Amino acid sequence: MHPITVVHYIFLSAALLAVGAIGVLTRRSIVVILMSIELILNAVNVNLVAFSKYLGNINGQVFSIFVITDAAAEAAVGLGILIALFRNKETVNADEVDILKW
Amino acid sequence: MIDTFLFYVFALLALGGGILTITRRNTVHSAIWLITSLLGVAGLYLLQGAEFLAGVQVILYVGGIMVLFLFVIMLVNLGQESRQKPFTGQRWIALACIAALLVQTLLFVKAGSGQFRLGEPGGGFTVQGLGNSEQISRTLFSQYLLPFELASILLLVAIIGAVVMAKKRI
Repeated sequence: MHPITVVHYIFLSAALLAVGAIGVLTRRSIVVILMSIELILNAVNVNLVAFSKYLGNINGQVFSIFVITDAAAEAAVGLGILIALFRNKETVNADEVDILKW
Repeated sequence: MIDTFLFYVFALLALGGGILTITRRNTVHSAIWLITSLLGVAGLYLLQGAEFLAGVQVILYVGGIMVLFLFVIMLVNLGQESRQKPFTGQRWIALACIAALLVQTLLFVKAGSGQFRLGEPGGGFTVQGLGNSEQISRTLFSQYLLPFELASILLLVAIIGAVVMAKKRI
């Protein structure tokens, strides 16, 4: 088996990002869309940590902490919006929220 | 050798959990598989010597954000949603876009590593002889002090926003 290099992590990160993007684009339920966004942010973090290790520089890991902070804020606000939406429209499907469409 | 094996185990956990997350009909199952995926990513952090981030990942994502997700799933009562079709009508367009991304990645692989250069690998972390958490905290509280404070303001705004939107009457 080959030793694991930074390239392995880059391709894993690309695959995770693709999975998350498929989730965001194809799922109807807003809850699963928010989960897919978490997957995408995790892909970013894998990349940052891999390059932090590769370049011998701690800044990548500090950036990952900021990304995790953003993910927490985004989940809280997104789920708040979801609850407000469910109270007003009785649905959590993204394609049924179409009052701006014509 | 053991590192290689562990990398593939954690990569399989992360990717397999992610794929199952976006394909399950039941939202609660999606959440459980997302936890698996996040734990796999935490294992990858451990493998790269980022122990602090692995701890933050487990405590904050698995312990905090996922509990929040499960609470909301319970609140909006997704019982009948799992019987509807889970994908939107635009899924073929989306899959075409992802296929284009895949082709680009394969072109990179085909070009080989000689065509594009990564940076030179560094000699190690800047301050030797310190633990991972100590290095992160020293950088965070000196070089990144202003972004750190701004992050606290961001979290405050997020708290207020979440409370305001979840309230029945403002």
